[in-house]
Amino acid sequence: MAYELNGKTIEHDEEGYLTDINEWSQELAELIAKADELPLTNEHWEVINFLREYYNEYQIAPAIRVLVKAVKKQFGEEKGNNKYLYELFPYGPAKQACKIAGLPKPTGCI
Amino acid sequence: MAQSQTTIPVLEEHLPIPAVAEGALSEPRSFVAKPELQAKLGFPGELVPDWEKKAVDKLEELLGKYRGLRVYLDICVKCGACTDKCQFFLGSGDPKNMPAARADLLRSLYRKHFTPGGRLAPDLVGAKPMTEAMLEEWYTYYHQCSQCRRCSLACPYGIDTAEISMAAREIMDCIGRGQKYTNEIIAKALEIGNNLGMKPPVIRNTLEGVEEDVEDDTGVAVKYPLDVEGADIMLVVPSADFFAEPHIEGLIGYGKVFHQAGLSWTLSSYASEAGNFGMFIGSYENMHAISNRIRKAALDLGVKRIVFGECGHAWRVAYSFLNTLAGPWDFLDPRYPVPQHICELTLDLIERGALSLDRSANDERVVTMHDSCNIARASRMGTRPGGQFDIPRAIIRASCNKFYDMHPDTIREKTFCCGGGGGLLTDELIPVRVAGAKPRMQAMKQVMDRHGVNTMVAICAICKSQFTKILPMYGFDSDMIVSLHQLVGNAIQLGAKE
Repeated sequence: MAYELNGKTIEHDEEGYLTDINEWSQELAELIAKADELPLTNEHWEVINFLREYYNEYQIAPAIRVLVKAVKKQFGEEKGNNKYLYELFPYGPAKQACKIAGLPKPTGCI
Repeated sequence: MAQSQTTIPVLEEHLPIPAVAEGALSEPRSFVAKPELQAKLGFPGELVPDWEKKAVDKLEELLGKYRGLRVYLDICVKCGACTDKCQFFLGSGDPKNMPAARADLLRSLYRKHFTPGGRLAPDLVGAKPMTEAMLEEWYTYYHQCSQCRRCSLACPYGIDTAEISMAAREIMDCIGRGQKYTNEIIAKALEIGNNLGMKPPVIRNTLEGVEEDVEDDTGVAVKYPLDVEGADIMLVVPSADFFAEPHIEGLIGYGKVFHQAGLSWTLSSYASEAGNFGMFIGSYENMHAISNRIRKAALDLGVKRIVFGECGHAWRVAYSFLNTLAGPWDFLDPRYPVPQHICELTLDLIERGALSLDRSANDERVVTMHDSCNIARASRMGTRPGGQFDIPRAIIRASCNKFYDMHPDTIREKTFCCGGGGGLLTDELIPVRVAGAKPRMQAMKQVMDRHGVNTMVAICAICKSQFTKILPMYGFDSDMIVSLHQLVGNAIQLGAKE
């Protein structure tokens, strides 16, 4: 199980999450999103970048609430909600957005 | 990686007992744990040499340890009382999800090696040796049992199918065939302290954010303390309460309750998980290790009481096994239950007039309650029988004006599993989870149609996540599912008691 990018093989798990998060690149994110049939817009990128910054600091994706708050700050009140995040990432902001951002899948009772 | 399409069952007025649909759920198969993950839990990485024999040896060991297991394997008379009780059968028609048939997957191996009939005339008594095909069936169908014990309630002999499914999973783990979802979570709970793998700084960051939000909303500085030595109460919550929606709304509610009652409390970053997935795989060693984190945290912080948040399996382990797993708890204040459920604490405060609740704050909600299976059938709350049903309902009635129960065959001790319990809450099992949710969706739709219900309360992190995901698949709004303490948190008039 692997992504092919510019002749390079980048391993992922059964669900498409990168085995080694250091292999991530913007180009790879586009490729992962393409497999989900999700064209990435600026709004997607804002979320992806926030997730990566948060991950660098805390080694885990942010709570949904923390993400919603960050989006609200960036895009305004009407987009600062869970529904908007689901519009951006239909398979769930925590799981799908993490996959595209190259982060491990959050696990647990979620 | 587009996800495969799952067929969504059509909901009818009443739940029919489905016609048998051989193999309807034979395909969904949870991902297998990788060798490095198995090693973290003390299990072999892959199938061991001679695994067929090792499986029989492990079964023999379990029969020696758990006498109930032998009884359950011996006494089934195939009366059929359990056949239409399992939500995974009701939602799919797959006959291997009839509890007696599921138990027979293990029973056939038991008969082969541990009964005279099975040794002498295996074909006559359904005795079979361990083979690759048997292991595959075990792996598939023992991961379609959520260990909810609805079938056990119906069984005239009280056969506990959950124990059988735990034993089967333990045998599989010990021969090197573990489930990725559950084992990954146990590994995180052991290494980091919770199922999500949240380290102390991120828990602290999240709680600070919650404090800001609550103060913005209410104008009152409610604290969500972490690792405070000398606090009276240590609250142990499922880590989903720090992370997911609507779980975190429940956490906000707990904090408001403590605040208004003026109680001294803290969360612990070391024991930052209430849930105990060790139970799902029947692994006493792992259950023990996870529970001992709670003991250590309680001692280190010097607390006098332990309270558990809204978490179904956690409460089963806490209520039923905590003393043997991690006791004695003689250092805690004996005037309070050890452990105590947050619902017991909240209702007690309500009854003593310590909380000021305005029901009209939830007037846009017409509420029903999904009883979580492990709380319903494996525990109790308070001092009276049925407290685990009556206490949460009394809190709901004190927090909102409009409450309607679902059909009596679907609530209280007869409740269904949400469809995601016992290690099934993983995306590759979505077809199983959708099928398992059908009976609940049916009962919920009935009260929606009759009474305009628009909110369903649950007191379990798994139930909340499962319904958030599954409700939209049935055409309902994912926001319908809420935490009980979310209603309480909405209704509390902060400042009224100050």
